[in-house]
Amino acid sequence: MTDTLTPVLSANWADPKAWTLGAYQRRGGYDAAAKALKMTPAEVMGIVKDSGLRGRGGAGFPTGMKWSFVPQDNPNPKYLVVNADESEPGTCKDMPLLMASPHTLVEGILISSYAIGVHTAFIYCRGEVLHVIRRLQQAVKEAYAGGHLGSNIYGSGFDLDIIVHAGAGAYICGEETALLDSLEGRRGQPRLRPPFPAVAGLYASPTVINNVESIASVPSILAHGAAWFGSMGSEKSKGYTLYSLSGHVKRPGQFEAPLGITLRQLLELSGGMRDGHELKFWTPGGSSTPILTADDIDIPLDYEGMAAAGTMLGTKALQCFDETTSVVRTTLRWVEFYKHESCGKCTPCREGNWWLVQLLTKFEAGKAVEGDVDKLLDICDNIGGKSFCALADGAVACVTSAVKKFRSEFEAGYKTPAWELFPYERSALFDVEGGAK
Amino acid sequence: MSGHEFQSYFPDSGSIDYSDTSTAIDEAALAELRELAGRYPQPRSALLPMLHLVQSYDGRVSPAGVKACAEILGITEAQVSGVATFYTMYRRRPGGDHHIGVCTTSLCAVMGGDILLDRVSKRLGIHEGEVTPDGAFSLERLECNAACDFAPVMMVNWEFMDNMTPAKAEEMIDRLVAGDKVSSTRGAELTSWREAERVLAGFPDGRANEGPAAGPASLLGLTIANEKGWAAPDQAPPLPEVAPEPAVPAAPEAKPASVRRTRKAQDK
Amino acid sequence: MSVQTKPGDVVPSNEVTLFIDGIQVSVPKGTMAIRAAEKLGIAIPRFCDHPLLDPQGACRECMVEVPDAGNGRGFPKPQTSCTLEVAPNMQIKTQNTSPVAAKAQSGILEFLLINHPLDCPICDKGGECPLQNQAMSNGRGETRYEGVKRTFPKPVSISAQILLDRERCVLCARCTRFSEQISGDPFIALVERGALQQVGMYADQPYDSYFSGNVIQICPVGALTSTDYRFVSRPFDLVSTPVTCEHCAAGCQLRTDHRHYQVKRRLAGDAPEVNEEWSCDVGRFAFRSGHLDDRLATPLVRKDDVLVPASWAEAIDVAVAGLKKAGSAVGVLTGGRLTLEDAYGYAKFTRAVLGTNDIDCRARVASTEEADFLAAEVAGRRLGDGVTYGDLGAASKVILVGFEPEEESPIVFLRLRKAVRKKRLQVTAVAPYLSNGGKKLSATLVPCAPGGEAAALAGVDADAGTIVLVGERAAAFVGLLSAVTDFAAKAGARLAWIPRRAGERGAIEAGCLPNLLPGGREVGEGTARVDVAAHWGSGSLPSAPGRDGRSILAAAATGELKALIVAGVELADLPDVAGATAAIEEAPFVISIEQRTSEVTSRADVVFPVALIEEKAGTFLNWEHRPGRVTRVNRQAASPMTDLRVLAALADALGTSLGIRTPKEALTELESLGAWEGARAAAPTVPVAQQLPPEQGAFRIASWRQLIDGSRGNDGALDLLVTAKPAVARINAAAAEALGVTGGDPITIFGVDGDRVLPVVVEPGMVDSVVWLPGDLGVLGIKPGDVVRLTAGGVA
Repeated sequence: MTDTLTPVLSANWADPKAWTLGAYQRRGGYDAAAKALKMTPAEVMGIVKDSGLRGRGGAGFPTGMKWSFVPQDNPNPKYLVVNADESEPGTCKDMPLLMASPHTLVEGILISSYAIGVHTAFIYCRGEVLHVIRRLQQAVKEAYAGGHLGSNIYGSGFDLDIIVHAGAGAYICGEETALLDSLEGRRGQPRLRPPFPAVAGLYASPTVINNVESIASVPSILAHGAAWFGSMGSEKSKGYTLYSLSGHVKRPGQFEAPLGITLRQLLELSGGMRDGHELKFWTPGGSSTPILTADDIDIPLDYEGMAAAGTMLGTKALQCFDETTSVVRTTLRWVEFYKHESCGKCTPCREGNWWLVQLLTKFEAGKAVEGDVDKLLDICDNIGGKSFCALADGAVACVTSAVKKFRSEFEAGYKTPAWELFPYERSALFDVEGGAK
Repeated sequence: MSGHEFQSYFPDSGSIDYSDTSTAIDEAALAELRELAGRYPQPRSALLPMLHLVQSYDGRVSPAGVKACAEILGITEAQVSGVATFYTMYRRRPGGDHHIGVCTTSLCAVMGGDILLDRVSKRLGIHEGEVTPDGAFSLERLECNAACDFAPVMMVNWEFMDNMTPAKAEEMIDRLVAGDKVSSTRGAELTSWREAERVLAGFPDGRANEGPAAGPASLLGLTIANEKGWAAPDQAPPLPEVAPEPAVPAAPEAKPASVRRTRKAQDK
Repeated sequence: MSVQTKPGDVVPSNEVTLFIDGIQVSVPKGTMAIRAAEKLGIAIPRFCDHPLLDPQGACRECMVEVPDAGNGRGFPKPQTSCTLEVAPNMQIKTQNTSPVAAKAQSGILEFLLINHPLDCPICDKGGECPLQNQAMSNGRGETRYEGVKRTFPKPVSISAQILLDRERCVLCARCTRFSEQISGDPFIALVERGALQQVGMYADQPYDSYFSGNVIQICPVGALTSTDYRFVSRPFDLVSTPVTCEHCAAGCQLRTDHRHYQVKRRLAGDAPEVNEEWSCDVGRFAFRSGHLDDRLATPLVRKDDVLVPASWAEAIDVAVAGLKKAGSAVGVLTGGRLTLEDAYGYAKFTRAVLGTNDIDCRARVASTEEADFLAAEVAGRRLGDGVTYGDLGAASKVILVGFEPEEESPIVFLRLRKAVRKKRLQVTAVAPYLSNGGKKLSATLVPCAPGGEAAALAGVDADAGTIVLVGERAAAFVGLLSAVTDFAAKAGARLAWIPRRAGERGAIEAGCLPNLLPGGREVGEGTARVDVAAHWGSGSLPSAPGRDGRSILAAAATGELKALIVAGVELADLPDVAGATAAIEEAPFVISIEQRTSEVTSRADVVFPVALIEEKAGTFLNWEHRPGRVTRVNRQAASPMTDLRVLAALADALGTSLGIRTPKEALTELESLGAWEGARAAAPTVPVAQQLPPEQGAFRIASWRQLIDGSRGNDGALDLLVTAKPAVARINAAAAEALGVTGGDPITIFGVDGDRVLPVVVEPGMVDSVVWLPGDLGVLGIKPGDVVRLTAGGVA
């Protein structure tokens, strides 16, 4: 039985100047990479496969298997692109990781690139996080100077370059093919698949796209072994991961724990909901994962547990809202997000979110009319599963799950504005005058 | 009460602002743009960084900047325009010296982001999307900025301003107006939006070592684990050589460290 | 290809058999489901899908249900049939059999309509609009949209020819994909994001592409409309006629729409083997030149040195008097506008009625070597004997010599670009610099000064997979056509000659050359003459090779020829405009057969007005030797007479008979005569002329005509002309430095008969001591390969 919390990625975050190469190496940083580069690439890939590591960006696809899809006989250069475009509402795990310990990612890239046969890797980081980008730029520079990047790394004959690339504000670029178009200097709109990126990705060359946390997990797997990683977590959801607790909880923050921990456990650690309030609804992994309620806090937070509950583990962004919160308002604001971030390529997402925002605005204002809940659901049905990529599915998921769990609150929107049912200042941490509550 | 009007008429959409042809892009800037194009296996990959650099020179994506990018990359200006108008960080018109963003996506909005935006707007005397007449500040409504455990979140020049309250926001604005040094709660001393754009383009400003490794919320789980002696198997709870930075898990209303203690200005 | 197979049929291995709505169908591997459904006659609604563009999957209208992907498992979600590649035993259910597909489609249609303006009554697309059709057939009777519609200022101009109405746009990206994928001119692009996404362009760089009009046609809504056709007509009031384009030798199939005996617009036709579904803007927009004030309506005769209207009888009398006086000393000059049948009329009239071989259709730079080349390599062929568009798509390498496809044969350009993009065709351009069109073909440049092509070609690799395309400009360089023929023969490569004008290939086949009778029969070949004479039922045909165009004009100037018949020739097209003008002026007697007044009609003694291309029937042979029908569109012609009927009337009045009076008779006679089956003339073996480099400060001229230029055929297409490329002079950086000029500065070109001032473009890869000039140089008395002097400055 492992401990409740298992800091691995976050273990060094409190170290002095944790982001520097010196601090990272004082904890044995880059030892795993040195070890890996003495193995064959196939051995390294084998360890990652055996570990059962699954993508931490939301979809949970086995990382080692993703790597193995890259055709090794393709004459084009192969690329690794790290998806650091963290933008899903509620999601806030990769940015603290990169700010505190960018070398964990750099080392992970080094090991992963070696396993896949990549000589140029990219870190595509969202642009709106200046200090994270500073730390990434510096870490890569330090890694070159320290011989961890460049040519003939550790005398192995292996060469690797890393390019830190800042995005410019577009949630859709977290979608891996949109990210590739963006990285090619285009509008970040998703591409048709097939061809899949593993075969024809960046510059039509074989490309692996992994989430920051996935790649950052690789050094520890190499250091301690696949079995060690698998000793944590549940049967099909192995290892540790970062859970981000936010919202009306007493102490929000990052919790690194084996997969399968429950929200009840995490709430206990964080002191529960704010005083005098109780949990009303929550997202398991960002706004695109159907919401759950207080009834669901004992379900294991792993891929299978969340799927069984009709939602998804997603990015493990646990946004907790208390009873003061209007579900209608929250849903509208999420859909406004999806409308704002829709790339515009496909009809249901572009036009559907445009419509949903207007209809939900009527619900919020108490101006919806009898039958609008069913219309809302029908519009969602016409969007869900019909769009080019999963962005619109996320928009629909938050609406349909909210209606499913809180239909009466939507029906109240036929008569009463949400702000009358749920005075908004009661949800805020401070009153309208700005004073702390 | 959803915080903003639903906009349906878009008279100025479809392009950057051609009417303002002013530019600060000179030979040195062109050389830097070409340098960016040279950093990638295929030059066009540099377009996003190049547009960030254009903004650092011209305060917006300028017609001259579009032309320069198109020429250097061998693509049409329409293609550059298509990219420049796709991403929200690219401005059509100059912003303020300091660019303030307030997150109003669901979680921040519910926890006070709407009130915060309203108060900042009143304090600055401008609406979202506008610039103060003196050009000192611009204000924007932000979508989720990946700091939800520090909600409500505000960004200044793309630096984190965590656990924001109206009072803290107003104090910060006052200090900026007064020309005092202000530091991000999890970042460096504030410079300017244009200088930030230059870093995003790929020209570091040497401030990476400023600020903490992590904010209090980021360290919450680690702190609890350390207190309880929890760790991953075969991993002793870490024993840092030096005591960690203050990492007392903060209640949301606690003042973040860097606002509490003002850092001495550093020369650039 | 079998469309529908019965159970148990043997299916070729590259075919995939699947089931759509329970009906079995076999299609080639790689086919998209939407195409497979088309083969069964099942129409799946779509907006972004276009068979000639890369799949996009953006509009989502064409969703189908796939209960079995062929592996026993179905797709959990509806799939877009435009992006769904078929698989063996796949089960597809369209809207006809699947409520899921039907709801998916109606849901998308509703989304497309929520923001669509209700301006169908004033929209040009109304009546032929896929969105309107869908809304009428599958849409809701009443909207359930309670929101506000997205609005933009409208319309905005994306070029002088095209207006964009963003409110109507469904963001299918057909136009932007066309501009990027097909023509390679991405001056329009999707801009903005999400609900604001729209088609945009950059203010300083309008969508001036030679192919821009296609985006109007493929727009599935009324978002892109033509300035020329805006508010002109309703589709259901138009009568559509398939025609062959009269402008260039591409042989495009077009659709002419007319109403009230006026052509209102032209569209690209559907000709998979020729222009696919595209056209160039000249073919699409330049159809008004015959409807201007200068249209000839009655015959004219010269009285007291003034041309005055005359009756047909009077004009024929005057013409016959002149011809009788001249006897066989008559030269016949025909131009590129003539149909095959018209050209045959002139060829026969010249030989059988006038008794001379003095006829030439080449109103451009030409040579005897070229005439020999045409006899040996071009004339007397049928479609399939030589290179076709399809062959261009299948070639591994194409070498361009004296040929600039985008400017001189735009549909050839599109075919080459398609092959470059899809099949990695390698294009090599033997030219003085890599043009913009060459760049769009990713061509490899083999640089050479004009006249150096033969030498440069010698170093190019070629094999049986290679096709050499040589343009009509090659005639300007002594020995080049001989060298190209020899090069292709030795390499085992195929060779095709691509002229510019629509009528040129037919005129060669008809015998409008001094050395050729119809069907590629050489004048010098006795049996060929006997053959033709017998067919015509005429006496013996003249045996001496005739004069070529230049000699005809020279002989007319000296009075050696007593009369000229000129039809469809613009003097400005000739290499020596001043000399030609003087020759026409001095010729003892000139008969002009023309549609509009011209530099020839004004100097003629008799002018016969003839029908426009839209007023008559006939045939154009394109560069492939492919016949394309010319159809009578306008039955209320300003002139009832065609070239053929004028010639027949003249023959009658001369006391003989042409034997043909209608295009049908002409074609029947020409076809029954058939092509020459005897030995082919040997290809010319003219040695390449050695040329010295120009002296210091002098430049050798490289030149070709730009697609949109001052050609009279473009007259009246005002918006088209705005999109023309500016006339410039291109020199390299060293030359610019030597002249002390930079880009945009004026320079003066000193020709034989005058000078011209043009702005400079510094072309980095331009060969030393070469200046590229746009192709209307005859007025200056200069031609490609000549050496000219340039100086900085000058006032245009």
